[in-house]
Amino acid sequence: MILTLAFRNLFHDRIRLAVTLVGILFSIVLVAIQLGMYLGSSQMITAMIERSNSDLWITAFGAKSFEEGGMLLSNRERHQALATPGVKAVVPLVVAFAEWRKPEGGSTRVVLVGTDAEDGALEPWSLVSGTWQDIKSPDAISADDTYFKELGIEGIGDTAQIAMGRVKVKALTHRIRSFTQSPYVFTTLSRARSLLGTDSDKATFYLVQLEPGANVEAVRQELRNRLEGAEVLTKAEFEDRSLRQWLFRTGAGLALIGGALLGILVGTVIVAQTLYSSTKDHLNEFATLRALGSSSGYIYKVILAQAGLSAVIGYVLGILISLGILYISRNTPLPLVMTPGLAGALFGLTLFMSAVSAISAIIKVTKIDPATVFSR
Amino acid sequence: MTIPVLEAENVVKELGKGAGKVQALKGVNLSLVKGELTLLMGPSGSGKTTLLSILGCILTPTSGIVRVAGEEVAGKGPEELAELRRKHIGFIFQSYNLFPTLSALENVRIALDVIGRKGYQASSRAEEVLREVGLGNRLRNYPSNLSGGEQQRVAVARAIAASPSVVLADEPTAALDSENGHAVMALLARIAKDQNRSVLAVTHDPRTLGYADRVVRIEDGLIVGEERRPAGLDAPEITDLTKRRKANG
Repeated sequence: MILTLAFRNLFHDRIRLAVTLVGILFSIVLVAIQLGMYLGSSQMITAMIERSNSDLWITAFGAKSFEEGGMLLSNRERHQALATPGVKAVVPLVVAFAEWRKPEGGSTRVVLVGTDAEDGALEPWSLVSGTWQDIKSPDAISADDTYFKELGIEGIGDTAQIAMGRVKVKALTHRIRSFTQSPYVFTTLSRARSLLGTDSDKATFYLVQLEPGANVEAVRQELRNRLEGAEVLTKAEFEDRSLRQWLFRTGAGLALIGGALLGILVGTVIVAQTLYSSTKDHLNEFATLRALGSSSGYIYKVILAQAGLSAVIGYVLGILISLGILYISRNTPLPLVMTPGLAGALFGLTLFMSAVSAISAIIKVTKIDPATVFSR
Repeated sequence: MTIPVLEAENVVKELGKGAGKVQALKGVNLSLVKGELTLLMGPSGSGKTTLLSILGCILTPTSGIVRVAGEEVAGKGPEELAELRRKHIGFIFQSYNLFPTLSALENVRIALDVIGRKGYQASSRAEEVLREVGLGNRLRNYPSNLSGGEQQRVAVARAIAASPSVVLADEPTAALDSENGHAVMALLARIAKDQNRSVLAVTHDPRTLGYADRVVRIEDGLIVGEERRPAGLDAPEITDLTKRRKANG
């Protein structure tokens, strides 16, 4: 009967129910978008590190992120690393912001990634047109089809200029997005060095692959001892550092989390307000229940059931709308991400929000004087 | 000797605070025994509803003793008082106090749900009592589709569904026309007799006198008189008794 009464109380006033549901729905959609953007941003920031086939990353001291590693490592560090017990391979990687001059004039900034896919450490994934062999051909690069407009190109065969040299689009990746909004452009290691005008032994990172069975922590410690002026990070540490740099030092992550908190707050206030007014309207019924001998707990359960029902209905509507927005965002430079974990967390959050909203109604009902049943 | 199911001894109730404090009850003694329909009559402000609230464990007395089924009420908290109500007391209200969003059957079922009786057993019991009050054909109707008399009969069914030993009714006929008023009083008299429980009805409706086994009069917070229907007299006789009472001033 608790659920029946809660359901009937909710649906008795359809307008108030609609307001409650809009409150929850608005909150869910806002939080889903903010957290979806946060997750999407996080995935973009860590994608390169995540996709690399490496156990450890050697970076110049103080490297802030994948895109801002500098060009400070040399063959000396590479050889020192290769001589370390437990190390199988040390693969150089060149990463730097560079100016991209568009074929029709104007310029933009790109992140140039120089890698030798044969080394098996990092290669462009999601190739939808062309192959690594095409990228190895003279002046070749791969660009991402999401950024055609920004790059001023239309597809394979277009030419442009990166920093000091002409390049030709020979391969296309699909949806490799960049949090910095500077598109990733892949090319070979030597061509990247040449375009950037860097010495042929310079690298931004060394990706370390270990012998099977090697102790990661022990090798890392040994590398630290040998490599003065460089840092040795695990993939997880480098991902964390990149996330900190782009999401928190720039304030972008805080803005997204702030937006999500605002959504939760607005949703909670709207649901609390409508639940409180519903409880106030049904106060005589609650007083009657009390007079009939119901425990306070029974009445709280009715209110919580009302909150729970609102939460479930609001959540279903909210998540459907969020999924629609997610679908629309899939081809934009900043796609939203929804994971089963996030969907579950949003449901938990909705229930929590509704339970918190029920507090004011419960406080109101606690003060019910059952004697009021005689004064009606 | 009949053991009282509900008794009040020297009950005093003060309402308000400071200069506004009033003594609503000034030392009331009253016992209710099974098998009787007792009417509590008195003018407005005489303390009828306050006494009903105290007997129903909704209010606690400022001083004095209240016993429900032999159990003293003094010192009990709100949850313990609610438990006493659940176990022993059924209520009927002047404005019926039905849940507008629940059907007649659900309105009775909720009273059973409160005491922990759920499922099929509760449904069949609710149906049984509704049939008992003559509403077997109105089970699925909502209060808005029932007449005042029918709503009050649902309230009666709700009050007796959990088989309490005491039913307390607050002005049960005040909102009803003559025909429905008589029907409800006849029902209350029947449940007091048939089910061997005590019924106390607060009223100022003279139409109800004919159904009473006992009439208790209260004025200014004190019981000022009590009359009992002589053995062997049926309802019309007691109406005469009322007339006699009036004739004697």
